[in-house]
Amino acid sequence: MALSKMDNLYRQVILDHSAHPHHHGKLDDSTNQIELKNPTCGDVLQLDVKVKDNKIADIAFSGYGCTISQASASMMTDAVMNKDIDTAEDMVEDFSNMILGEKTDTDILDDAATLKGVSQFPARIKCATLAWKALHKALNKK
Amino acid sequence: MDNKTNQWREDFPILNQKVNDENLVYLDNAATTQKPQAIINDIDKFYQHDNANVHRGVHTLAERSTEQFEAARVKIQKFINAQHSDEIIYTKGTTDALNIIARSFGEENIHEGDEIVISYLEHHSNLIPWQQLAIKKHATLKYIELDKDGFVDLEDAKKKITDKTKIVSIAHVSNVLGVINPVKELASLAHMHGAVMVVDGAQSVPHMPVDVQDLDCDFLAFSGHKMLGPTGIGVLYGKEALLNAMPPVDYGGEMINFVHLYETSWNDLPWKFEAGTPNIAGAIVLGDAVDYLEKIGMQNIFDYENKLVAYVLPKLLKIDDLIVYGPHDPKKHTSVISFNLKDLHPHDLATGLDMEGVAVRAGHHCAQPLMGYLGVNATARASFYFYNTVEDADTLVKSIVATKEFFKNGTV
Ligand SMILES: Cc1ncc(COP(=O)(O)O)c(C=O)c1O
Repeated sequence: MALSKMDNLYRQVILDHSAHPHHHGKLDDSTNQIELKNPTCGDVLQLDVKVKDNKIADIAFSGYGCTISQASASMMTDAVMNKDIDTAEDMVEDFSNMILGEKTDTDILDDAATLKGVSQFPARIKCATLAWKALHKALNKK
Repeated sequence: MDNKTNQWREDFPILNQKVNDENLVYLDNAATTQKPQAIINDIDKFYQHDNANVHRGVHTLAERSTEQFEAARVKIQKFINAQHSDEIIYTKGTTDALNIIARSFGEENIHEGDEIVISYLEHHSNLIPWQQLAIKKHATLKYIELDKDGFVDLEDAKKKITDKTKIVSIAHVSNVLGVINPVKELASLAHMHGAVMVVDGAQSVPHMPVDVQDLDCDFLAFSGHKMLGPTGIGVLYGKEALLNAMPPVDYGGEMINFVHLYETSWNDLPWKFEAGTPNIAGAIVLGDAVDYLEKIGMQNIFDYENKLVAYVLPKLLKIDDLIVYGPHDPKKHTSVISFNLKDLHPHDLATGLDMEGVAVRAGHHCAQPLMGYLGVNATARASFYFYNTVEDADTLVKSIVATKEFFKNGTV
């Protein structure tokens, strides 16, 4: 049954993150905020980041999206929490490389590395990268 | 009905393939339809034998291509029962046709304080041109409400359409809700108030008999690629008197009568609106697509799809946690069916169906205001054509249930 191929995409950790997302909500004391839309599906992601001493001191996301985009946002917030900005930016690049099927160091990505299977589902790549794109934009917002 | 196939399916080579190791079940016909082998051959044939530019040569090939290009126009005229063949303007598609109406008729006739009336279920291509025109002209854009089944509500239309209304523009068939709107009644309302009636026929012309004289619409727009033809060709129908009074939107070759240094006179209809070298092969092959459809008969296509809907809609409604939009009575529902699994994003559902070989669309279907009206962000949509079978319908139902189970249980 071809549905079994979905196991490569929807790993149990991914389903768990999507059902019970971490760092879901808003921050009262964010320094950087962004709202990103995925125009092909109408999904919306709001990201609140609190940067302190060049570190991500706190982060939260809200909005609406599919299993992949919600899980990815949850995993991203876990992975970048307490990282310094440069490291977080490197992770954005690592994640993007991983999703595009390129060789890259995924250890640092934590649970987010389990989204590797998305590279075999080209139609869903944008769902996985939305949160990381949002982080990049939020950190570079003047 | 034979479950596995029908007399037309074999004409479509693309349907005979495996996707993700499963037989392809193509249910994204509202986005674009597949092409029969005969149509694919006709494109080849034109380029192998007759290719030349139209209306500008005296040589034999130019003669031939011009003759076929104009013959297709007459086929299309008869297909929608237009009075004259010069009421058929070739365009790039529905979007292009609607933009031409807004930029030509709209530009000339809409003034400050006038009203343009559309509905909540319009495709972006029958919304943004009017919205932008209204902004530019300081006119008012009004939306007719939908009734509980999703039909454009005639009672509300009677309130919204007033003597200030200059244009009413409505989708004949919704690309999301699968309703057939009362465009004939709306046209008569519009005319009572001195407005013109524009019909977006993108989802009706390919699936049912459409008679512009019977509807008494002033304009009709539709796309070739949604009715077996190639992409990049479509039709703007307009009543001759209106088109004659309208200024051209694009300037260039073909659309002129005589060009002087400081002024130009326009060509006659329909060429006034066809600047530049048109999609010649596309137009000719659209004529062939019309022949193909007429051989089956538009009423037969409508009846066949109706039977498919009568078969599949009750089965979909029986699936626990599946929300089906639009009317639940199969008699009121066309073969465009939108749905959502509770607590599952339609993208996840569509990926599950794709793994089972079933191609559906997921997203906002270029109808974001309608999504807002329905209170959803997106839906999945299965849309049938006459080459789809009862077996396709069964596979859809089975695959939705399997996908539901997958997400309930984590893994299959
Ligand atoms: C109701 C409706 N109107 C307009 C369009 C636009 O058609 P096209 O993209 O061929 O111009 C579509 C197709 O998606 C449609 O379904």
